[in-house]
Amino acid sequence: MTTANFPLPVPNLDNQEFWDQCRQHRLVLRRCLDCRSFCHPPRPNCPECASSNLEWVESPGKGKVYTYVITRQPVNPAFRERLPWGVVEVEMEEGVHLISNLVDCDADDIEIGMEVEVVFEAVNDEITLPKFRRVGQ
Amino acid sequence: MSTLKDKCAIVGVGETVYNRDSGRTELNMAVEAANRAIADAGLVPQDIDGIVKFTADSTPQGELAACLGIPYLRYYGELGPLGGAACGLVIQSAMAVAQGVVNNVLVYRSVNGRSGQRYGSGTVTTRRGLGSSAFTEPYGLLVPGQSSALRARRHMHEFGTKMEHFGAVAVAFRNNACLNPKAIMHGRPITMEDYLTSRMFFDPLHILDCALEADGANAFVITSAERAANLKHAPVYITSAAQTLLAGMDGHGRSWDESGGALLAPELFGEAGVTPQDIDVVGFYDHFSPVIITKLEDYGFCQRGEGGPFVERGRIEVGGELPVNTSGGHLSEAYLQGMNQIIEVVRQLRGQSPAQVEGAELGLVDSGDGSGALILRR
Ligand SMILES: [Zn+2]
Repeated sequence: MTTANFPLPVPNLDNQEFWDQCRQHRLVLRRCLDCRSFCHPPRPNCPECASSNLEWVESPGKGKVYTYVITRQPVNPAFRERLPWGVVEVEMEEGVHLISNLVDCDADDIEIGMEVEVVFEAVNDEITLPKFRRVGQ
Repeated sequence: MSTLKDKCAIVGVGETVYNRDSGRTELNMAVEAANRAIADAGLVPQDIDGIVKFTADSTPQGELAACLGIPYLRYYGELGPLGGAACGLVIQSAMAVAQGVVNNVLVYRSVNGRSGQRYGSGTVTTRRGLGSSAFTEPYGLLVPGQSSALRARRHMHEFGTKMEHFGAVAVAFRNNACLNPKAIMHGRPITMEDYLTSRMFFDPLHILDCALEADGANAFVITSAERAANLKHAPVYITSAAQTLLAGMDGHGRSWDESGGALLAPELFGEAGVTPQDIDVVGFYDHFSPVIITKLEDYGFCQRGEGGPFVERGRIEVGGELPVNTSGGHLSEAYLQGMNQIIEVVRQLRGQSPAQVEGAELGLVDSGDGSGALILRR
């Protein structure tokens, strides 16, 4: 439970499916049936064309680290005893960007361009978070 | 198209001292700053018939009016989000004045940002996993410095920007603050070595890259160009103004690199009929030093990717080619969410800054992430 002190997702009707699928270890993304673009986070409408005609598509879960930040001071109580804390922004093959963490990778080893794939980390019965690991590790 | 061009002016500015432990309520400080701004304008409180506030500010307009001896307001309003409000409030006020809805509007900010709730800790800004924060906060993306660091790291990767460039911003603003007795960091110059050996907070950002959480209040008065002509000081005209709220700004559906400044710059300069080369002094919202580098690019002071080298060798210090944040800015004067930049540029255009840029006639100020910007002229 590495994220016990961070806020947990509060699912709503626009993104419940995302979290339900995570519990089944599937990463799903919203895709517009009209203009075919992916969007994230899940919204009722497509930000490219405003269509409400969206579908859920299972993602292979592959991407690259686009950028990252390593928090080194306990600026917030949630960081105590878990520093240094790495947060990555992953550019998925579908084009959308996801904020996440890398598992099995020291914060100081994170690099931009690193190829990563999704893994799932159960926090409790309701919430499973999609995280990432280095490909080929 | 009807614009705000030169229809309104900022005519009075006021501040409390800036410190780390005010020992006062935010209302109490707001009253002092407001009274100073109104007196600086050559007005009395009963001349103020409108007050607008930051949504985040704890002081209600009605309470402030009561303490100023103003029986009622004809106009009031507010604006969020936190860092984007200051320039937007100027626009809101100027629109109301230009339409004749109100005569003299007071804009204020009062915050115990160090002894009270500290923005840098995320306790004010987190959304407890609600809405789009469900996709960021559970991963420990909790405080504004982390988001700024994500962008800074990417800028380093794409353009070869170095930590020393962020350091050049921090050193420049500290040097500027040393000219301003009101700056919290007055009398405390830093070197590049100090910067590079300071504690790393949000790698690649050091503590010296971060806004200086502070206690204090400030305020200014906006009125019509006609009324401004007969007041105490030379008016500082609002020559152009623009706002941007990026779609999906609160999430991360697109890349985090986007900034409103690049989007509003053409309108901002176009309406004023000037170019970046005409600007004498700049007040950028500097919650973290890397944003100065990207804003210089966004507003066209340099090409995309060249912001790092641009800030080298004191170019943005007082005495440099383009003085930025001459009061020390959020990094070294005090973090009052974009208000101190507006006040300092007004002082510059009146020729009354302790860090005076000789002959300054045209200034540019902006708000957080370029969500609003103004060109001011004397
Ligand atoms: Zn679409």
